[in-house]
Amino acid sequence: MRKLLSVMMATLIAASALAGCGSSGGQPAGTGTGADAGSKAAEEAGSADAGAKASETPAASSGEFDWKKFDGEEITVLFSEHTYADAVEEKLGEFTEKTGIKVNYSSMPEGNYFEKLNVELSSHSGSIDVFMTGAYQSWEYATAGNLEPLENYIGTDLTSPDWNYDDFIPAVIDALKWDLVPGHPVGSGSQWALPMGWEVNILTYNKRILEEKGIKPPKTAEELLEASKALKEFDGSGSYGLAVRGLPDWGTIHPAYMSMYSTWGAKDFEIENGKLVSKVNSPEAVAMTEYWVDLVKNGGAPQWATYGWEMCGADLGAGKAAMMWDADRGGYTQNTPGSSNEAGNLAFGMVPYPESAGKTEADMKSNLWVWSMAMNADSAKKEAAWYFMQYFTSPEFMLWSGVEKACTDTPRTSVLNSDAYKESVAGAEGYYEAFSTISKDASIFFTAQPYFTETTTEWAKTLQDLVTTDKYSSVQEAMDQLKETMDELVSDLEVE
Amino acid sequence: MAEKNKNNDRSDLNKVPFSMRVRPYLIVAPSLIITIGIMVPFMMAIWYSLTNYSFKLPSHKFIGIANWVNMLGDASFWGAVKISLLYGIITTALEMLIGVGVALLLNNLNNGLSKVLRVLLVFPLMIAPVTATIVWQLMLNSSVGIVEKLLNLFGVYNFPWAAAPGTALMTVVIIDVWINTAFIILLVLAGLQSLPKSPFESAKIDGGSAWFNFTNLTLPMLKPSLYIALLFRLMAALQEYAVIFALTKGGPGDSLMSLSLTAYQKGFKFQKFGAAIPFILVLWLIINIAAKRIVNLQRAAQKQAAGLED
Repeated sequence: MRKLLSVMMATLIAASALAGCGSSGGQPAGTGTGADAGSKAAEEAGSADAGAKASETPAASSGEFDWKKFDGEEITVLFSEHTYADAVEEKLGEFTEKTGIKVNYSSMPEGNYFEKLNVELSSHSGSIDVFMTGAYQSWEYATAGNLEPLENYIGTDLTSPDWNYDDFIPAVIDALKWDLVPGHPVGSGSQWALPMGWEVNILTYNKRILEEKGIKPPKTAEELLEASKALKEFDGSGSYGLAVRGLPDWGTIHPAYMSMYSTWGAKDFEIENGKLVSKVNSPEAVAMTEYWVDLVKNGGAPQWATYGWEMCGADLGAGKAAMMWDADRGGYTQNTPGSSNEAGNLAFGMVPYPESAGKTEADMKSNLWVWSMAMNADSAKKEAAWYFMQYFTSPEFMLWSGVEKACTDTPRTSVLNSDAYKESVAGAEGYYEAFSTISKDASIFFTAQPYFTETTTEWAKTLQDLVTTDKYSSVQEAMDQLKETMDELVSDLEVE
Repeated sequence: MAEKNKNNDRSDLNKVPFSMRVRPYLIVAPSLIITIGIMVPFMMAIWYSLTNYSFKLPSHKFIGIANWVNMLGDASFWGAVKISLLYGIITTALEMLIGVGVALLLNNLNNGLSKVLRVLLVFPLMIAPVTATIVWQLMLNSSVGIVEKLLNLFGVYNFPWAAAPGTALMTVVIIDVWINTAFIILLVLAGLQSLPKSPFESAKIDGGSAWFNFTNLTLPMLKPSLYIALLFRLMAALQEYAVIFALTKGGPGDSLMSLSLTAYQKGFKFQKFGAAIPFILVLWLIINIAAKRIVNLQRAAQKQAAGLED
């Protein structure tokens, strides 16, 4: 009996770990200040428009801006490991020197970053003051009351006159605004975060390999498919035409797939009778997905279903993949001198458009990803946190990080137009042209809603089933079933 | 007089020093505190499984057994139970077979080489499972992996490994066996070396064959150690998370979504703790039943080895 008891105790530890983690760190969600912050934020989001407020209010009071106003305070920052975060880390000393605010900085790999952040934010303990997030995740955090609306600070006397809100590229800053109503587009409502850098999803190709094989850089979806098939095993076993992501999570949907999906004219959701209704089984969505499955099966990596962005970039850099369709900076970092075997051989294309579906260059759409920083609504040091945020999104810092620290996807117009920036990216053939062209029509093509992670995970799993199994007799059948699953997931959302 | 004596007894009792009186409670206190520390989160887990507790909601409320009913009606639940059981049973069986075999060989070898091998074989246990999995992922990569190059020699190209549902389970099992077999080797080797020498010497004098010695002496006396190794490995294998998550995050599709992975996804990724906890409680139940059975077998084997029971 004693042994049995000891075995039970050991298993209890494992079984209770989940609950322990969930409840650690403070009070239950129901009693936290986050609930109040959430309702307050919702009220403010409904009425306020951050951009309008920022434009109407003078940037700051006249006179010298007091950077030492919160001298002696201490804030905690959690970032995902990334080029943008590296640039911030390098300048932390200068920030502390200028403001007197001490920063407890920590970063962790992107793989589990959001799961860790979810736990920290849900505790409503204010253990983190500033953190990195993406636009999609901000929909979930803002709905849960975890984000501080930034119009409370933008354009007030807490903001330096040099910090120019209107200098942010409109598509990028608007991607981080939302009115908290599921189904409503981004671009109105509260400003939930500030951009650190953003990524468009375009084709990167190895010009050496394409030249050797006599293949022209693809411009249309049809050319891309043909080239990918022709490049299968171009350099023996394991080499292949096109690297795209394939893991069962949102990361597989948002870059290339969603860009092509939108270019094809398909939508993820539409509002019908006050409800969000999935449109993944529409004729455009099914035609695009049929194309995609063919592309991955016959031109993608043999182990596509295990590929995240790191593996895609590594294969492109190693010369095992001839092309990659992913975030522009994924290709850019493989092309800087000394960074990979194929550095210097990579060039940048645009978004391949489906001619067969009647699309032209004018229809090219790239789905946006915006690495951003946001403030915890439960932070006890919001003013000091705002000082941190404005310092590390200032034109001065962003020019430095864009030119010196390879943060090339700058969210600031002044940096994009500067000669120093243009000179720093001139070595990457086609990059500036692609980035500046695609960014004009780049946007977030997902419907803003708080079940983004669930719906895109199911979507990615369906793609995996279509590529790796015979589970479905047709793409139509798979997408019909996916539509039902997605409708069920968002069924409790009311759209006003 | 008798009354007086009785009073004296009482006063004697009161004279027992305070430190002596509280000693039993102090002895029990650590285990009591640990038990409470374990039971509180466990009871909270049961409570949360009866609520709609979610990071996304400002508050949670009691919803009865709705989470349990939803789980039982969810096809992915039965798939997760199947994956957890398959993974647990296959990895444990393979690790036991290989581990016992290697331990017997090392025990018999008992020379300089065996000493070197004993050190080398422990290496996988010193690596974090996630790190080991990433190393394997690179080794199995169809572009740059060494395993792919070896397979090419035999005319096999682009073996899908974890990228196809048909081979994904086999791949994670191989990695788990690589990491954890050393654990069995260590336990069994320790068990073998603690066996008494006299029965083997008697058998040698009587001319017993190696097979006779193994089946009639080694195995019965080793059984308690084997059950301990089995208990630890099976419990860990049924809960396995790190290898699967690092390699495929549960994919392709749902092909490797075990109970642990499903609970993690629902709890931490989708932020629905109320819906996630029933999955982990079912896993607890499965482990508990299996552990109870193994502990009973171990006790019987221990009695048999000690000659207390046939």
